[in-house]
Amino acid sequence: MDGTNGTDSESIKTTPLHDSHVALGAKMVPFTGYSMPLQYPTGILKEHFHTRESASLFDVSHMGQISIWGDGAAHALEWLVPGDIIGLAPWSLRYTQFTNAEGGIRDDLMVTNAEGRLLLVVNAACKDADLGLLEIGFRGAVDVAMHNDKALIALQGPAAAAVMARHAPASAALKFMTAGTMKVAGADAIVSRSGYTGEDGFEISVYGEDARHVWEALAAAPEVAPAGLGARDSLRLEAGLCLYGHDIDETTSPVEAGLLWSIGKRRREEGGFPGAERIQAEIADGATRRRVGILPEGRAPVRENTEILSAGDEPIGKVTSGGFGPSAGGPVAMGYVDAAHAKAGNAVGLMLRGKKVPASIVKLPFTAHRYHKD
Amino acid sequence: MSDLKFSNEHEWVDVEDGIATVGISDYAQEQLGDVVYVELPEVGQQIAREGQAAVVESVKAASEIYAPASGEVVEVNSALEDEPGLVNGDPTGGGWFFKLKLDDEAELAGLMDADAYQEYVEELG
Repeated sequence: MDGTNGTDSESIKTTPLHDSHVALGAKMVPFTGYSMPLQYPTGILKEHFHTRESASLFDVSHMGQISIWGDGAAHALEWLVPGDIIGLAPWSLRYTQFTNAEGGIRDDLMVTNAEGRLLLVVNAACKDADLGLLEIGFRGAVDVAMHNDKALIALQGPAAAAVMARHAPASAALKFMTAGTMKVAGADAIVSRSGYTGEDGFEISVYGEDARHVWEALAAAPEVAPAGLGARDSLRLEAGLCLYGHDIDETTSPVEAGLLWSIGKRRREEGGFPGAERIQAEIADGATRRRVGILPEGRAPVRENTEILSAGDEPIGKVTSGGFGPSAGGPVAMGYVDAAHAKAGNAVGLMLRGKKVPASIVKLPFTAHRYHKD
Repeated sequence: MSDLKFSNEHEWVDVEDGIATVGISDYAQEQLGDVVYVELPEVGQQIAREGQAAVVESVKAASEIYAPASGEVVEVNSALEDEPGLVNGDPTGGGWFFKLKLDDEAELAGLMDADAYQEYVEELG
């Protein structure tokens, strides 16, 4: 998810669920060129807690849904990403990144092997650039299409599975990071067991014309309440998940970002993706800076771009995401620090409004993941 | 309540015996969303008119609160430390921020009464 706000009201786009959000009383804000719900009348805190305790429904239709197909589609995608796509089992998902020639990250994405085609979900702010990258990168050897006619609905939280089982019985068989085609409330859908909250949950891709029916069927469940971008951000921050344009960007490598787990053994050895030289060197020698969790003392939230100081008051990095973690019960942050200071337990300082706030480096996530793995 | 005066920065002021109690309006708390932290000034601190007096943080963002008039901070609402949500639940009552001993009450002359503020907010849409 990208944090760049679109502000041109002339060209602002809406998702197929726009009328539902307005009817629910959502506070709509421009976000990556779309009018999106920041929060509903319940507010971000309640939406956050509801997701952790029951289940929340998110409209993420602004995200790009792209499919690629044809002989060698998996090989071709590996020219552009460091993830193991050739080895991706049918109906499994993989998290990976489009890297640039310098080993930075152009976008992060999910790839599903949908037997015969690869389905990509990319960030809204990057989707047009990603489409261009794929078309140019593949030079016509592989077919590429953007599905602007599709909506994407996320149902997240510990009660998500029970709700989905009533509307899509086949969803019960899905484990974390797998997917399938099925009917959801009677509509054709591709359902994956994945999300951006750290909780068990599903992401449901449907045709735009069916989106409102599916949304309303799921929203009618007593366990379910709608949640907006505000809660989505506090949930993913507690879960230690990167926000593109903030925690990762064209300058940060997957190794610095702590995303090495997403690069399989074969790809680490063989390379063959943009920026492999830098990324392989960092795998061998370690990166000079690392993304870390930061736990500030006290109650004051510490925001993006706050300077991080060593115990000896030397500048060692910057906060890339920070705020109040409702489930953590206080401020939480992520940022990059020089590798020498990246160890969990290290004491650091954060410069907040001219005062130094003591903080410590901590292991991510702040809130334990509760994925449905087995 | 009817005696409250409002600034165009969405603060309210209630003056009694030269002491101004300051908070943020219902409109302001609504715009901010759930308040999770309030940084209050120190008691005894001298604050200039339109000087930064406090910081209010919602889940989404931090906003600065300015003093509507010059004066010395004589009391702060320490209940906000443990219960910042008072700013949302009772913005013009239990959600007050601080009290200022005013240097010159006349500095408040430009503030709006409740009706004028209501019109001002409606014009903002």
